[in-house]
Amino acid sequence: MDSVLQSFMQNLMIVELGHFALVLALVAAILQTLVPIIGAKRGDMQLMATAGPLSTVQLVLVALAFLALTIAYVGSDFSVRNVWENSHTLKPLIYKISGVWGNHEGSLLLWVLILALFGASIPMFGRHLPSRLKANVIGVQGSISVAFLLFILLSSNPFLRLNPAPMEGQDLNPLLQDIGLAIHPPLLYLGYVGFSVTFAFAVAALIEGRVDSAWARWVRPWALAAWLFLTLGISMGSYWAYYELGWGGWWFWDPVENASLMPWILGTALLHSAIVVEKRNTLKVWTILLAILTFSLSLLGTFIVRSGVLTSVHSFATDPTRGVFILAILCVFIGGSLTLFAARANAVQSGGVFAPISREGGLVLNNLFLSAAAATVFIGTLYPLFYEALTGGKISVGPPFFNLTVLPLCLPLLLAMPFGPFLTWKRADINGVAQRLYAVAAIAIAMALIGSVLSGHRNIWSMMALGLGIWLVLGALSETAFRARWQWSNPWQGFRRAFNLPRASWGAMLGHLGVGVMVLGIAGAGMRTELIKDMRAGDSVELAGYTLKFEKLVNETGANYRQDVAVFQASRNGKFLAEIRPAKRIYPARQMPTTEAGIHTIGASQLYLSLGEVREDGLIVARLYHQPFILLIWIGTLIMALGGALSLADRRLRIGAPKAARLRNPNAVPAE
Amino acid sequence: MAMNRRKQNRLIIIAAAGAVLSVSAGLSLYAMNDKIVFFKSPSDIANEGLVAGVRVRIGGLVKEGSWQRDGTSHLFVVTDTAKDLAVRYNGIMPDLFREGQGVVLDGARSAAGDFVADSVLAKHDENYIPAEVAAALKAQGHWQEDGKTYGQKSANP
Repeated sequence: MDSVLQSFMQNLMIVELGHFALVLALVAAILQTLVPIIGAKRGDMQLMATAGPLSTVQLVLVALAFLALTIAYVGSDFSVRNVWENSHTLKPLIYKISGVWGNHEGSLLLWVLILALFGASIPMFGRHLPSRLKANVIGVQGSISVAFLLFILLSSNPFLRLNPAPMEGQDLNPLLQDIGLAIHPPLLYLGYVGFSVTFAFAVAALIEGRVDSAWARWVRPWALAAWLFLTLGISMGSYWAYYELGWGGWWFWDPVENASLMPWILGTALLHSAIVVEKRNTLKVWTILLAILTFSLSLLGTFIVRSGVLTSVHSFATDPTRGVFILAILCVFIGGSLTLFAARANAVQSGGVFAPISREGGLVLNNLFLSAAAATVFIGTLYPLFYEALTGGKISVGPPFFNLTVLPLCLPLLLAMPFGPFLTWKRADINGVAQRLYAVAAIAIAMALIGSVLSGHRNIWSMMALGLGIWLVLGALSETAFRARWQWSNPWQGFRRAFNLPRASWGAMLGHLGVGVMVLGIAGAGMRTELIKDMRAGDSVELAGYTLKFEKLVNETGANYRQDVAVFQASRNGKFLAEIRPAKRIYPARQMPTTEAGIHTIGASQLYLSLGEVREDGLIVARLYHQPFILLIWIGTLIMALGGALSLADRRLRIGAPKAARLRNPNAVPAE
Repeated sequence: MAMNRRKQNRLIIIAAAGAVLSVSAGLSLYAMNDKIVFFKSPSDIANEGLVAGVRVRIGGLVKEGSWQRDGTSHLFVVTDTAKDLAVRYNGIMPDLFREGQGVVLDGARSAAGDFVADSVLAKHDENYIPAEVAAALKAQGHWQEDGKTYGQKSANP
């Protein structure tokens, strides 16, 4: 069946068509870069009007190329080198599809596909954009496509053939044969690449020398969308690493994790500063700079992941020429945009005045701490590179560095966070705000103390995190309650008023609440119990009040692997809870073993079992964890993303609204 | 008047920015002195010595026939082909830990004089040799640029 399909496809030359579509996409991207920008310069409406259609053409061509590669993967066409290197006939269909981006070349193709998708969405969602701004934005977006399409075609072409075609493929790295690969990279790229749109808007604004609150209103939905996807992408990646790597940890300060964290931190800052531009028409130059830097860090992240310059769990086998190519792209875009910034930033008029204690002041403080945090992550991540370049010595910068530098910067930021939404624009009364939060602070401290007594844990950091999480959650809720003028005497009326608050206000509340929930999860993760134990069938072990009994060892065969499964029975106070099945797998195609953790979820807590070693004589070395409330980490990020989605839904209603930004009633917005 | 207030506010913002940035710079500098781990090869350790308690990262190959284990306690030798280093590790080995393959260790010399690792990293991809290990082997002249494994596995399906 497969061979029939193979020869059929080789006759059709789908792969060559895909390759050709990619070359044509490059041509379309070059036109998309040149024609609209020249049109904008000359004020030629016809040239500017080509921007939209060209971006659509580029999207269709890249999508065709991507489809061709996917067909080659699904049909196991091993005459394509990329397929041979990363696929296998026995691999389940979902991993044949997700395997398309489980390698260097394919993941770049996904990158470019998403880039083209965003490029084509700008004209789709931006019908009300002034034509000159639109032409410039789409042109800048096209130039990014040109760079990455060139990169793929010249140094990372997934369509190269092998002759003669091998009979069987080398299979995908087993660690990547997981539903996580289907979800994590696309979400992450939607985030990374989404910031290309805000970058394009910033560069276009610099080209025109004009930034106003309307500009911020157009940019914010894109920043929100990118931030939302990046949040989900990082969160899913973290959960994937947690259950797949079998170490029970959820964040490792690995260079590649940092590479995605940096644009997230600056993107968060951008979201907040864009509010100030929109509402108060100030902080404009700073916001433009943030938009440029955020995407620059996305590019840097791509460089770190794809070049393998830093030792990381994510490194694919590396090729130095690729690193140099991405470095060149990095220099052109970062250098070019910053030069433009230096030359044109003065043309941007500065706007309204505000007192240090005000909503604007709070948002500036937020931006300050976030930028400083991003800068420290940047220094820690790249320091080994600089050090080696300067001294020739090799060093590694690990979790101790980041815990010592980033956490102290997060602490004041998180402590101040509940105050922010209470502050009024221009000038705020800090005492009045503090009065509203006294009760929240008292509850948070009391609950942290009670929690430390009840759990018997005297870990000061976990208790601080517990108190901080409660402070954030209650702080966010109390702000909404205040806004809805909620009262004990008449709770239902308060709920109704809260329900009628604008969605953006709910979005902001959920964003902040999600951070609090995540901090609670981190507090829980800090209180985990860990045990490493040699066990034989029949042995039992006590872990945090649970009894784990190792029943037996069984052999199983999967589609493309064999596994030894240790069957455990978990019980509490003699009552059976669940069977937990951690396993050791072998993938014969690569002769590579993997560890599959066995996880049982109880509320937001988890029993997490992982096998170290399975000996011939039936002895297993088991690593057993009780992870209290750890799921709150990812639930918190989901709440944050939900908040982003709600805000986005609100923006959609107001797209095309005139300058007056603070209309309460959406029905009263006149059509423009 | 408005201009004065604007200047005053700008000063406050700049002062706050200066304070936050100097705190973060100070923290980074302190952490760089204290929390950074140097990478050493077994030859470096043999030639320079290693003070007990100083954390280092070691890269090399696991010497063939050197791995002894008993449950969770492991003894093995890391080599860069010129010099060897005996390592003690208590815990669970990563799946890809094998004799003859590259490994990266974090740890320190104990007061008793032997090297105790607290984390052992073997890479996620069996074709991939950690950069540190490659560097250690290159330093000893034992590195061949045969990174391309293409063709080796295709023959037998």
